[in-house]
Parts: sequence; C-alpha cells; structure tokens
Amino acid sequence: MVVKASQDDPEKARRFREAALPYLDDAYTLARYLLRNATDAEDAVQECYLRAYKHFDSYRGPAMKPWLFAILRNVCRAEYARRKTAPAPVEQLPESAEQAPMWHETQDTPEKQLLRRFDGDTVRKLVAALAEPFRETFVLREIQNLSYREIADVAAVPVGTVMSRLARARAMLRSAWLAEQEQVK
Amino acid sequence: MTCEEAEVLLHALLDGELDAGHAREVEAHIAGCAHCTALMQEYREISQAMAESEVHYKAPLELRRRIEKALPQPVAAPSRRAVLRGFAMGSAVSAIAATGLVAIVLRNDDEQRIEAEMVSAHLRSLQAGHLTDVISTDQHTVKPWFNGKLDVSPPVIDLTALGFTLIGGRLDYVDARAIGALVYRRRQHVINLFVAQTANTEHRAAKTETVQGFNIRRWSERGLNFWAVSDLARDELADFGERFEAAMRAAG
Repeated sequence: MVVKASQDDPEKARRFREAALPYLDDAYTLARYLLRNATDAEDAVQECYLRAYKHFDSYRGPAMKPWLFAILRNVCRAEYARRKTAPAPVEQLPESAEQAPMWHETQDTPEKQLLRRFDGDTVRKLVAALAEPFRETFVLREIQNLSYREIADVAAVPVGTVMSRLARARAMLRSAWLAEQEQVK
Repeated sequence: MTCEEAEVLLHALLDGELDAGHAREVEAHIAGCAHCTALMQEYREISQAMAESEVHYKAPLELRRRIEKALPQPVAAPSRRAVLRGFAMGSAVSAIAATGLVAIVLRNDDEQRIEAEMVSAHLRSLQAGHLTDVISTDQHTVKPWFNGKLDVSPPVIDLTALGFTLIGGRLDYVDARAIGALVYRRRQHVINLFVAQTANTEHRAAKTETVQGFNIRRWSERGLNFWAVSDLARDELADFGERFEAAMRAAG
C-alpha cells in the first residue's frame, strides 16, 4: 500500500511525520485493546496512518491524538465488520446492555482493605476482558488520558454517554479486579 | 443526591471533569456516605494502579518501518539513491555504510538500472568538454586529484604500454551520487572506467553486457566495483579489463 504520486508532497509528508508518528505507540496500544489481536492491530494502525495522511490537508487541530484515534476507531470498526465471529461493534450492541442497572457490579460492599496490585499482564488481561463499548471508553480515559470531550469526539457520542459508559466500565473492572484478587488468594 | 447518581458522578469528580457546583454536590454526598466514600477510594486506587502498570504496548519496529515506507519520502526520489547509499537491510551493511563506506548492494533490477546510468554517464562524457576534469597521462597526477572529492580512492593504473592510454579522470554522478571515472583511450575509442566502493569485499568475476550498443564490463575486487564502458568491441574491452585487473593485482 503506497500513497499515490499525487499525494507525493515531501513537505506535507515531513509535517505529517512530525505531527503523527510520535503517537504510533499510543495508536498501537489502542488498536491492541480494541481488536485484541497483534496482527490485526498492526494492520489497523498502518491503515489508520495512511488514511490520516490522505486527510491531513483537512486537519485543523487542535489535538493530533484524538484525531488519529477517531480514524483508527473507524478502521477497527471496519475490521469488526469483516470478522464473522467478532464481538458486536459498538453501535450494534443492544440498547439494554448499556441501560442495564449498575448495581449488578457495585452492589457488593467496598472492601475495607487496599486493592491488590497486579503485574502488567494481568491488568492488560482484565482490561481486554471488558465488553464494548465500555472497554473503548475505559482505555481512552485510563490508558490514553483523553478528556471526556475528546472521548466523545472519538467515539461520536455525547459527553453524557461517555460519563455513563466510563462509570459502568470502572464498575465492571472493579468487579473483575476483586474476582481476580479472590482467585489469587 | 442518591447513591445511584453519585456512583456515576464520582467518576467525573475523580477525573476532574465536574464543574464547581456539581463537584460540591458530589463531595457533599460522599462525605455523608460510607459506601460511596469507600467506592471512591477503590476507584482512585484502581486508577493509580492503572497509571503505574505496564498497560501500554510498544509498536513493533516492523510496523513503524511499513508506515515509513508507505509515506512519501522526505527527500525527492530516494528509492533511486538508496542503491549507492546502502540499504538499511543488513545490519552489517548499515554499519559499514555508517562508517562512510558506500555500500552497493546489487540486485538484478538495480544492476540493470545502474548499467543504463553508466551508459548515460559515458554518453555525457563524450560531449565536448565533459570528458575529463583532470587531464593527465600521469597516474601520479590523476590519483591525488580524486582526494577529497570522493569517499573512495580509485586505483589509477597506467596501461599506455599495453595500448590503453590514460587521459585523465572525472567526477561523475550515477544514482545521484558522486562516483570516480578514469578515462582511457584506445585509438579513437574512449573507455570510461567507473569506480565505486562496495561493502562486499569478495572478488566478483567479470561480466560483460551490451546496453544501447555499448559494452559494459563489470567486476568487483577488494571492496570496489568497476564498470568499464566503451564502444570498443567486446573482446577489446575484455582485454582492457583483464590487463587492468592484472596490473591491480601486481600493484598489490
């Protein structure tokens, strides 16, 4: 996949490199969590960068990272669609899933002890096990440090939805964390 | 405020996303609710643990390379220059290239392209006034002339006694890079002998090709690639090449 000759502007390419390549690790991290597969993540990130380069002329800022992520998310959704056995893409999730009451996760009494710390692999596993669209929201907030407004732009949803998804995602992760803690004991 | 509301809003509080008014309301609820206080504390700890864990992935080098390759290169026409500049493929080759040695890795298609460029350079040299930059039949004049102009010191060998007269040297540009050319004459025929350094120190036996009606004899010796280009007949050019190689070996 090589960018067409008409796109072959060395100055544009230089500006794009400087602006976008520093986020390569972040983009790859997001793709890993969204697709849960290293090879697919690589392909998605490459496709994302080529699309981003193509549309770089229309990029007006302000922040490069959420802009890239919005493109990457679309690429990943196309990848979901391609997979026959894939988990449902965000939009196809039944309404009820998001509207399910939160106390399923949070009704248990908070522990009085400190939460146990896990190694990176275990934390990654717990995050990867979250259902969409909560995983996406959680990763954008906790791992990528995006603001609610930026997450709303990336996921193309209102800020209120970001807030409720994040609350739900953290509640789910907390439950999984406590369960893991119980298992290790 | 109910616990149910607070359980959603405390996240926004945690993330510093609440305006002052809402923040006060949530804080007021938490202050009076042991359940929400404990919950808030747990979420804070989880966020802390997330921040301190190895939850990021590093993009594989291969991915970075693939993206770099797919983007237009920052300098014009780099794919052409890459051949003489040295490929980034083998680390050994790169290491040698980094020390200033010109690495020439020749694949078949590049080999043909370079030969075509050698013929073009030969043709350019035949235009009036382009043949030599330094005119001398003396190898001890021609050799030092190259100093500082190239990252290679071409072996300058006088073959006058054998019927190939050294008439000078020239800097040329092949594959967008400066390359040394030694100019010999046999009767009315000009021979351009192009010399470029290569990472490969193996001896490569001579091969003769015909490109656009010119004969090119190519060989490698002691880390140098040679291309002799002329309109001389094939056997005479072979004779020149063999005598040059023999003289180079004799010179040690």
